[in-house]
Amino acid sequence: MARTLINLPKTAKAGAVIEIKTLISHPMETGYRPGPEGRLVPRDIITEFVCRFEGEEVFRAELFPATSANPYLTFTTLAERSGTFTFTWTGDNGFSQTESAALTVT
Amino acid sequence: MRGPMSWTPDRRRLLVGGAALIVLTPQRALAVARPPREPTAAAIRRFAGEAEIRPGRVHLDLPPLVENGNAVPLAVSVDSPMSATDFVRRIAVFNDKNPQPNVITVHLGPKAGRAAITTRIRLADTQTVTAIAELSDGSYWSATADAIVTLAACVEG
Repeated sequence: MARTLINLPKTAKAGAVIEIKTLISHPMETGYRPGPEGRLVPRDIITEFVCRFEGEEVFRAELFPATSANPYLTFTTLAERSGTFTFTWTGDNGFSQTESAALTVT
Repeated sequence: MRGPMSWTPDRRRLLVGGAALIVLTPQRALAVARPPREPTAAAIRRFAGEAEIRPGRVHLDLPPLVENGNAVPLAVSVDSPMSATDFVRRIAVFNDKNPQPNVITVHLGPKAGRAAITTRIRLADTQTVTAIAELSDGSYWSATADAIVTLAACVEG
């Protein structure tokens, strides 16, 4: 399991726009870099990140080797009701990780 | 009355003219829009199809001088009310000189509240980065930014 950091406000007023910051530790090996033996290190990247709110997709990003190691993404969403966000990263070599965070709307 | 020699360029005119030339040259160089290279143009066509891409409405924030191409902060925002009928559907970022033309593609919706994202990207060379946004009415808008990279990503092991 890769380490993740997810930063979003615990509470928000209804109708407010909240910013969500996410980071996951991952080497994002591009496949263009020579390894210690001179051969290219095979590609190993995260290809997709999805943020869902109560099962409904609110944000999706397709990532490419041009994304830095430890992909960091910030985006915004509208706080309408209390619920749980789930964050899913999927990538090469069967990589898949899901985290969740709760939001209380007042 | 000035003599017939008054039109000969004197020292002052030469200096003023020279200074004007220096000021004008870089502006003219910037004004010439370089078309993206073939793989980048193909990737943009894959994203936008044959639709017309107009400059404007997109703000691409990239440091002009990059010390380390392995992690370049990138911020893209789009002028949009993000209402149920008028919102940004997708934003894609393309580069010109990395081994692959795509940088990132994000899918938004009316629930995003604001069309603004930030991330960190790799740049393999001094180059132009292009951001293109697809709006809900099917129009495409773009912005470009130049970055000078001193330590390139991908090249060193």
